[in-house]
Amino acid sequence: MSQHIETAEQAKQDSTYLEALKELLFQLGDDDLIISFRGSEWLGLAPHIEEDVAYSSITQNTMGHAAMYYNLLDELGVGKADVLAHDRIPKQRRNGTYLEKRNGEGTYLEEPYYDWALAVVRNYLYEVFKKIKLEAIANSSYQPLAFVARKVLMEHPYHLAHWKLWMEQLQSATDESKKRINERVQEAWKEFEDVLELGPLANDMRSKQLIAIGEEEMKERWLEEVKSVLVDVPDSPLEKKYGNGRNGEHTTDLNQALDILSEVYASDKAAIW
Amino acid sequence: MSEIDRLEEITAVLKTVDDPELPSVSVYDLGMVHKVNVEEDTITIQMVPTFAGCPALDFIEIKVKRAIEELEWVKECHVKFTMEHQWSTEAITNKGKEELKKHGIAPPPENYRPGDEWSVNCPYCDSTYTSMENVFGPTACRSILYCHSCRNPFEAMKPVVKPQISMKK
Repeated sequence: MSQHIETAEQAKQDSTYLEALKELLFQLGDDDLIISFRGSEWLGLAPHIEEDVAYSSITQNTMGHAAMYYNLLDELGVGKADVLAHDRIPKQRRNGTYLEKRNGEGTYLEEPYYDWALAVVRNYLYEVFKKIKLEAIANSSYQPLAFVARKVLMEHPYHLAHWKLWMEQLQSATDESKKRINERVQEAWKEFEDVLELGPLANDMRSKQLIAIGEEEMKERWLEEVKSVLVDVPDSPLEKKYGNGRNGEHTTDLNQALDILSEVYASDKAAIW
Repeated sequence: MSEIDRLEEITAVLKTVDDPELPSVSVYDLGMVHKVNVEEDTITIQMVPTFAGCPALDFIEIKVKRAIEELEWVKECHVKFTMEHQWSTEAITNKGKEELKKHGIAPPPENYRPGDEWSVNCPYCDSTYTSMENVFGPTACRSILYCHSCRNPFEAMKPVVKPQISMKK
């Protein structure tokens, strides 16, 4: 029978449960945090003004989702949301490596030659995955997490629909747009796999009923969904070229992101903003 | 003062606390107040956020707390946002809908089901001859539209309802 853990205090009684729960919350929070950081770097640079409004709205909401997971960690005594977002070294981060990838060449302040094809492909692949993972925790044994997942699932359809529309349009527009999207899809196939994984405590997450499906089913569902939209589905299997972010392995792109994200926080850690 | 009187007074105050992004539309009429608990001079208010990622939540929390603590007999008011209950656009009161219209914001459709087509009447002239300019608007909960009849741009609250997901036991 399914167990129900209603409060943080109850979760703390079982150390196996607690560790698996923390790991899952860090995956959820860190994924949303880093993809919304990369989204925030597009502010003012999107292809047209309506897209700027849409992308920044999605990004702001996604950052809010990350904050909710960090707040759940706070309730478990791990630390304040601001500290968790700003003050952890890359080795402690659990986001998928593909999500930390730079937006393109250049930097936000100087010559930002960002690639819109990467933004569209990355956000689409991520939002499909996010839906599947949220559905798998909507009945999590940890009730505070299940409530958050159900709430996010009510908002998420708008995010997914947005990126799906971009994918469909760019895959049926000009030769250039088709080529550029396809190149980014091919690239993603070599880098996306760890996003779909649950890390070293995957078995505990399953046995403690924190999540309803395992990695293999997650991958299957994700493939099934993205294949219905991708015009050219790569033949090769999924890979994690840059290592496994769920184990704390990351690229220098994450350092670059965290340096900018935490610049103000690091300038005075005790300040109240 | 009886408990019922106290509760009434609290509710009256909540009807005066406006959403920071929507002056004249109260948090009460937006359906954000889930539960009020009165224990002598200590008040606990459970609220539900419209959008989870809404950056105005902290601000709303403080506004509500301050307004309630203005009441002479109240010693302390605790405000807490809870995820236990999910806000949906159906929680907006009729008064809330009228106030939204005055702001040029069309209220969300009634009895909306996920995936349904969504038609929006102009909040100014009630015409159905409108078009969606951007699903995303100035805040997470609003979209941008245009009325081809009275030629006004306007906004609409996005319908937010429970998706039908298979609930595996």
